[in-house]
Amino acid sequence: MIELLGLERVYRMGDEAVHALRQVELRIADGEYVAIMGPSGSGKSTLLHVVGLLDRPTAGRYLLDGVDTTTLSEPQRARLRRERIGFVFQAFHLIPRMTAAENIEVPMILAGIAPRERRRRVAEILERLGLADRAGHRPDQLSGGQRQRVAIGRAVVMHPGILLADEPTGNLDHQAGGQVMALLEALNTEGITLVVVTHDPAVGGRARRRVEMFDGRIVVDHTGPA
Amino acid sequence: MRGPDLLRLAGGSLRGQPTRSGLTLLAMAIGVASVIVLAGLTEGARDYVRGQFQSLGANLLIVLPGRNETRGGPPPLLGATPRPLRLEDALALERLRTVRRVAPVVVGNVLVRHGGLEREVTVIGSTAAFLEVRRLRTAQGRFLPGGDPHRARPVAVLGARLKRELFGGREALGAWLRVQDRRFRVIGVLADTGQALGLDLGDMLVVPVASAQQLFDTEGLFRILVEAREAAQVAPTREAIGQVIRERHDGKDDVTIVTQGAMLSTFDRVFRALSLAIAGVAAISLLVAGILTMNVMLVSVSQRTAEIGLLKAVGAADRQVLSLILAESAALSLLGALAGLLAGLAAIALERRLFPGFPLALEGWAIAFATGAALATGIGFSLLPARRAARLDPVIALGAGR
Repeated sequence: MIELLGLERVYRMGDEAVHALRQVELRIADGEYVAIMGPSGSGKSTLLHVVGLLDRPTAGRYLLDGVDTTTLSEPQRARLRRERIGFVFQAFHLIPRMTAAENIEVPMILAGIAPRERRRRVAEILERLGLADRAGHRPDQLSGGQRQRVAIGRAVVMHPGILLADEPTGNLDHQAGGQVMALLEALNTEGITLVVVTHDPAVGGRARRRVEMFDGRIVVDHTGPA
Repeated sequence: MRGPDLLRLAGGSLRGQPTRSGLTLLAMAIGVASVIVLAGLTEGARDYVRGQFQSLGANLLIVLPGRNETRGGPPPLLGATPRPLRLEDALALERLRTVRRVAPVVVGNVLVRHGGLEREVTVIGSTAAFLEVRRLRTAQGRFLPGGDPHRARPVAVLGARLKRELFGGREALGAWLRVQDRRFRVIGVLADTGQALGLDLGDMLVVPVASAQQLFDTEGLFRILVEAREAAQVAPTREAIGQVIRERHDGKDDVTIVTQGAMLSTFDRVFRALSLAIAGVAAISLLVAGILTMNVMLVSVSQRTAEIGLLKAVGAADRQVLSLILAESAALSLLGALAGLLAGLAAIALERRLFPGFPLALEGWAIAFATGAALATGIGFSLLPARRAARLDPVIALGAGR
């Protein structure tokens, strides 16, 4: 359960204060599929970063499963990121010198999971992603769609409850993008909470619940067919 | 995060930048190798000098005319020149109980001729005891005869090289040399013992002390070499010599007595200072290597900003990022130290092959100091880049990759 209560995020840009988020109220239940849409600069990425505990709100409260995250220490937030949250980025953010299998392994290394268990889980996930024959390939030897699927594998390898995707199809062609969205949605039907940030109506339109933002505020929160 | 994983991640990112890692490694290696080689050089020099002294015999005392404590002011104009040492002084010392041998020494340069060959040679005038006191051996014939040291016998003993130069492969024993306007018969040739304290005895001609005094027209001695019976008796012997000379010189302390120990400790002090200075210089090279490491890690961190942001996004705590960067520099420093150690050892081994007469010392403290300093500077100077990486704002860091 994600609960955002009166959330504010203000940046300082020189002398100017930029309000990225203004009085955002949002509740996302476990297992929901939410698209956050809006033009660039509307605050949707900032919202995702706050939800993903990469950014701290300037004011307001963010409860994750009832725990107020704004009072947590940095190590505690890192632990939550590791165990509860998976991230998928537009630019994939794979580590270039590592193979697909090694990239998927990284969160488990940080969590201190034993090598034997890591190998088992990596193999399982590569199988699931249809990338078993690409395990030893480095990112530059993979297509864009394959890279994003590796990134998704890395995001879910710790079995998080929440999967956050920031423009996951932004760097992909139509077909690869469709495959990536299908994979994310399949994970959602298995129970993971899926939050997708996009400015592409075709991508956002697939979600059951669509939140539209403008100038740091939520202007539309619509559930049901578009 | 598990230790082996930390090392594996650090190793992976070092291999990802082979040129940069290699250059840092090289700087570390040069620093470590130079500490080891330079320390080996000073310590080797110290061992060399110590060996030179020891070749003179551990129980040696040297009596010099004049007191060196009076140095410093302008030399006195009249009547204050120290009274010279005489042969009788040396003979008086022989009567001391703790003294085993006494060798009076007169030194001067003369022209020596044999056949058509002529050479300027250092002549040493002494007694039979000189052979033992200076730990010399004869290769052919015999050394100066014993008996009354006042007798100026016309006999001479050749240094090994002088023999080669004057006689070549021909027989020298029994031959007559012309030394200035006198004639000396060659009765022996010294074995080649190399240099001792810079005096090359191979180039010398040794004659009885009285003969040398006549050659140089002097009654004074250049110095008196005294060998105590035991090393423990060197100090009391020194006292006794001072007393004997004082009695013979109208109560004046006008000689300087140098003991082996005093000379050794002087040299030791000099070399210790030199060792410290050189270690300091080498430490600077390690400092430079440390700064280079810092630079490299700073560049590395800024180039991997997006990667560090990603690590944080997938759950790396600040401390984990910090230890990851520190592990990288620690691995670099350790490998660099290891490479430097090998290079240093190889250099020392090579030098020992090329110059067996002056072997470099392999110093345990230098190896420990160099390795420790390399690790300390490598890790110490990486604290700044590691902190910078740990404090990166993940949102900004992730944006840097685009």
